[in-house]
Amino acid sequence: MQRIGVFICWCGSNIAATVDVKKVAAAALNEPGVVFSADYQYMCSASGQGLVKDAIREKGLTGVVVCSCSPRMHEATFRKAAESCGLNPYMVEIANIREHCSWIHKDVAEGTEKAVILMRAAVAKVNLNQSLVAGKSDVVKRALVIGGGIAGIQTALDIAEAGYEVDIVEKKPTIGGKMAQLDKTFPTLDCSACILTPKMVDAAAHDKIKIYSYSEVESVSGFVGNFTAKIRKKARFVKEDLCTGCGLCTEKCPSRKTPNEFNEGMNTRSAIYIPFAQAVPKYAVIDPAACLHFKTGKCGLCERTCDAKAVDYNQKDETIERKYGAIVVATGYNVIKLDNFGEYGYTENPDVITSLELERIMNAAGPTGGALLRPSDKTHPQKIVFVQCVGSRGQRPCDKPYCSKICCMYTAKHAMLIREKYPDTEVYVFYIDVRTPGKNFEEFYRRAVEQYGVHYVKGQVGKVAENAGKLRVYGSDLLMNEQIVIDADLVVLAAAIEPDESAKKIATMLTTGIDTNNFLTEAHPKLRPVESATAGIFLSGVCQGPKDIPETVSQASAAAVKVIGLLAKDQITCNPCVARSDELLCNGCSSCEKVCPYGAITYIDKEVNDHGKREVRRIASVNEAVCQGCGACTVACPSGAMDLKGFTNKQIMAEVDAICR
Amino acid sequence: MDLSEQAENIKRISGVDTKKCLRCGKCTASCPNYEDMEYHPHQFVYFIENGYLDRLLKSDAAFRCMTCFACVERCPRDVKPAKLIEAVRLTLVRQKDSNRLKPYDIIENLNADLPQQAIVSAMRKYTK
Repeated sequence: MQRIGVFICWCGSNIAATVDVKKVAAAALNEPGVVFSADYQYMCSASGQGLVKDAIREKGLTGVVVCSCSPRMHEATFRKAAESCGLNPYMVEIANIREHCSWIHKDVAEGTEKAVILMRAAVAKVNLNQSLVAGKSDVVKRALVIGGGIAGIQTALDIAEAGYEVDIVEKKPTIGGKMAQLDKTFPTLDCSACILTPKMVDAAAHDKIKIYSYSEVESVSGFVGNFTAKIRKKARFVKEDLCTGCGLCTEKCPSRKTPNEFNEGMNTRSAIYIPFAQAVPKYAVIDPAACLHFKTGKCGLCERTCDAKAVDYNQKDETIERKYGAIVVATGYNVIKLDNFGEYGYTENPDVITSLELERIMNAAGPTGGALLRPSDKTHPQKIVFVQCVGSRGQRPCDKPYCSKICCMYTAKHAMLIREKYPDTEVYVFYIDVRTPGKNFEEFYRRAVEQYGVHYVKGQVGKVAENAGKLRVYGSDLLMNEQIVIDADLVVLAAAIEPDESAKKIATMLTTGIDTNNFLTEAHPKLRPVESATAGIFLSGVCQGPKDIPETVSQASAAAVKVIGLLAKDQITCNPCVARSDELLCNGCSSCEKVCPYGAITYIDKEVNDHGKREVRRIASVNEAVCQGCGACTVACPSGAMDLKGFTNKQIMAEVDAICR
Repeated sequence: MDLSEQAENIKRISGVDTKKCLRCGKCTASCPNYEDMEYHPHQFVYFIENGYLDRLLKSDAAFRCMTCFACVERCPRDVKPAKLIEAVRLTLVRQKDSNRLKPYDIIENLNADLPQQAIVSAMRKYTK
């Protein structure tokens, strides 16, 4: 028989205001096995924990029930306290009488009754608890970063600087991400490439960092400290060890009509190409969909041009398998497609552009060489209208419900840069709200208004229509309470941003959470912002939610710290609450193997002694280091052979019985 | 019914939740009959939410709305201002002797270019 102590926490008034804690303490003494009960204002405090420890020692307790907040908050606290005075930590159970009881009830009598029932269930469980010993597993001292934008680069650099190996997997031929496409960055207006490319070069040159560019993560198995990832290196049709990045092939290539992704399709590139001058790694890549050799079997000009003999039309995709201790997701974002926003005429009118396209137009390496020329007739626009919140903060199917966060600032930046360089240009910004929280952000926006004379109009644009070579913009000016019409030369839409389409696939692959907008979910919105709910998986950058560059870099470094903290350990403690198969009951049906999301179950042929009858049977065997204790197998098992340690079927049934008593 | 009850009734029969409005003004920016209306779509939403319904009831703005649904189509918050305007119009025509179109008036205005559909919808719009 167990000797159980029950401890009821007031949680200040959080619990005590709705639950009569004294009554719960008294009721506990009537439960089987309970030899001691107490209540205290803050059980989690040092003196509260002292109460628990003293009782364990003085009353010789073999089990503890703490009626308090969610086990997510303080289960670890009380288990540690129990362990410190020699009690197995898995003999401690928490009855959640705060989130599950006091916070959701108003009536004291009802709240108390429910608290007693929850206490009773926990006591029933502890009566069947057994001491569990956690195993250890080794940590592979290498991290995987998925995505090579500024978030991935910063995370990788920080991890590498701490002395651990890092692999960056980037699906594009070069790292750099969206930041490489930007012209200037707010609020300091420094050149984006000038601050990013040194980091790209640092990452490539670092002896601890390996970059798999033009590669994708195919699958991931394993668990924290010991993941195995399959990485598919897509065929470049150019040998990386030979290509010098001279670019001669790109000049000779006769197929030159493919929209240039780096310039948002506003000019074209050759079939064999280097994404941009500062690309890292700087190797050419052949786009087989555009290459004449792949389409007709002829041409071969690049192969003949290349002195280094790097072109290899027969190259095949390659799959690499690598082991990692931690994985960081840094898959970033894209600007939404504007096909469904007919009112702005983006698809019909070349002079209606997105802000990212304007970013390329303003850039010296862009399609116009940095001159502000409108796409249709390459003339300088005299009147420019910016439209904010295009697809953000809406509820239509084509809208995103969230604020994209970066648009107010980059629009102020664009407006300011245009007025600085071309003072004869009139610039209008239609806004719903101007949101500029951030260091020096409000000052930046006010400068656009006060110093650069940008016209900010409170209202939204309802329609953009082509009219005699101009764009007629119908907007509202809510402060004037009027509809206004502007004949503009160029309209720039601040389109919403959304997580990259790979985020959903990767979240599924890593069995980590994703929200309704496909942003990856952090373990706690305030206190664990860079960890996912899955151990060993961390989040960096916009894949977790909209962010600007300063925030992305901060979060990237934070994610790196978490990774370093994990990789610094030689071994990590495993969860002992894992599945166990009863070899006498197992009928070898494979149901559990099929449902196991971690691949922890295998079948072995083993000699068993079934009541004196010895025979070799096919039975399930659980790899305790791989099992995450999800319990899927216990439900799938038709013969009741699978059980979860710490959550056995017997324990669960005892809890249900205690509740129904 | 006093004014606040009337405003509640308008919200109820139109099914519009005025609190969803973001105050972006895209409805008014989209309105093709802006010049002709004393009050504009965003004002219908704002006035009904904040107790200025009397101004809408004294105006003929509701009858000037062409029911083109541009505001409904473009509202990013799915507020549906045209439905609210329709409810204000119904509130007005349902008052005693408030039919805005009498059947015998139609005969005088008939011409070959007038589609029958227009007559039917005008009867629905301007009479009880």
